Amino acid sequence: MTGAAAEPLLVARDLRKSFGRTCALDGAEMSVRAGEVVAVMGPSGSGKSTLLHCLAGIVTPDAGEVRYRGDRLSAMSDGARSALRRTDFGFVFQFGQLVPELTCLENVAMPLRLAGRRRRDAEAEAARWLERLEVAELAGQRPGEVSGGQGQRVAVARALVGGPRVVFADEPTGALDSLNGERVMRLLTEAAHDTGAAVVLVTHEARVAAYSDREIVVRDGKSRDLEHTS
Amino acid sequence: MSIGHTLLGLLESGPRHGYDLKRAFDERFGHDRPLAYGQVYSTMARLLKNGLVEVDGIEPGGGPERKRYAITDAGVTDVAGWLATPEKPEPYLQTTLYTKVVLALLTGRSAAELLDTQRAEHLRLMRELTRRKSGGDLADQLICDHALFHLEADLRWLELTAARLDQLAAQVTR
Ligand SMILES: Nc1ncnc2c1ncn2[C@@H]1O[C@H](COP(=O)(O)OP(=O)(O)OP(=O)(O)O)[C@@H](O)[C@H]1O
Ligand SMILES: [Mg+2]
Repeated sequence: MTGAAAEPLLVARDLRKSFGRTCALDGAEMSVRAGEVVAVMGPSGSGKSTLLHCLAGIVTPDAGEVRYRGDRLSAMSDGARSALRRTDFGFVFQFGQLVPELTCLENVAMPLRLAGRRRRDAEAEAARWLERLEVAELAGQRPGEVSGGQGQRVAVARALVGGPRVVFADEPTGALDSLNGERVMRLLTEAAHDTGAAVVLVTHEARVAAYSDREIVVRDGKSRDLEHTS
Repeated sequence: MSIGHTLLGLLESGPRHGYDLKRAFDERFGHDRPLAYGQVYSTMARLLKNGLVEVDGIEPGGGPERKRYAITDAGVTDVAGWLATPEKPEPYLQTTLYTKVVLALLTGRSAAELLDTQRAEHLRLMRELTRRKSGGDLADQLICDHALFHLEADLRWLELTAARLDQLAAQVTR
């Protein structure tokens, strides 16, 4: 392996974060290589979501550092960080990240529109993603008119449409039954593998984590990553 | 799993030779571990003795694999009874794991590490099953899902035990 290929895309070292008196992270580490699906597991309240938010530059840790392709997130300006989130990251959460006033097609096209793509272009690309996620027939519906499982597949399409290098998914199947949950996981991981996107998958469900390539476990705000290269 | 009942069930659709039975079993249920010929013949001998099958013909050339078996009425009743009886939910793994966890606590080794190692091993197998499931047909999917749900139950138990280790340690080392 060449040095460049072996270098992780995203590295978090010794992250610490408190909210008031609550210590959410107390020495968490994790690395993500290009194209791999890493599950973040652990009990409720152990700090999984906080770790994901730090990795994605949504939350700034009190101590420790996150590097994305070698650059420290905390050294970037707010503007640079949010531009990075738009261009390089995709997000899927448990509920309701779709804009209710827009159709599913417009929701999926939105990241491309924000990146300056022409409407017709963006919507054609969005339609291809809806088809790939097996929800082509929902293009004209609004999020309130589709089921939870369908909505999550639309959300996955929106996360992937811009060609992100990393998709952050926090309990993407948390509100779904097992059949729909597995369908979302299968489509998400297949699409990520095909496009080469890495996935950081927060879940406490083992059957969901089984779609990952490897897992790290967070306990009491601490995590160790055996793949970690220092 | 009861191989006798399974072979009997396979005979319900019509008489078969020993080698044919083995092939049918392996195709449908063998997956990781095909039946040994010896196992087929010892099982058929037992079923024959118990009147659940009868010999329906012998091909020239001899040898046990040339015998053709047919299910008897008693055999059909036996299969029906087996299918109608629920399987006992076996706490097979927990007893072993519980023993190990307690021993670890008693001998001052890390029970948390033991549980973590076990959880990683469980998840490794779950990944393998998940991969097999995505490449497989409906039968593979159902078989893998069954195993996956069981492994998931084990994992939940491992998590719960990990969360209660301090309590357990206090009890067993008292
Ligand atoms: N914005 C916040 N303000 C105050 N406390 C917070 C905040 N975010 C997280 N916490 C606290 O930090 C700890 C870790 O929370 P986090 O959401 O990271 O856990 P989690 O592992 O994702 O849990 P769950 O599985 O329930 O989603 C918890 O005690 C939580 O209450
Ligand atoms: Mg969370």
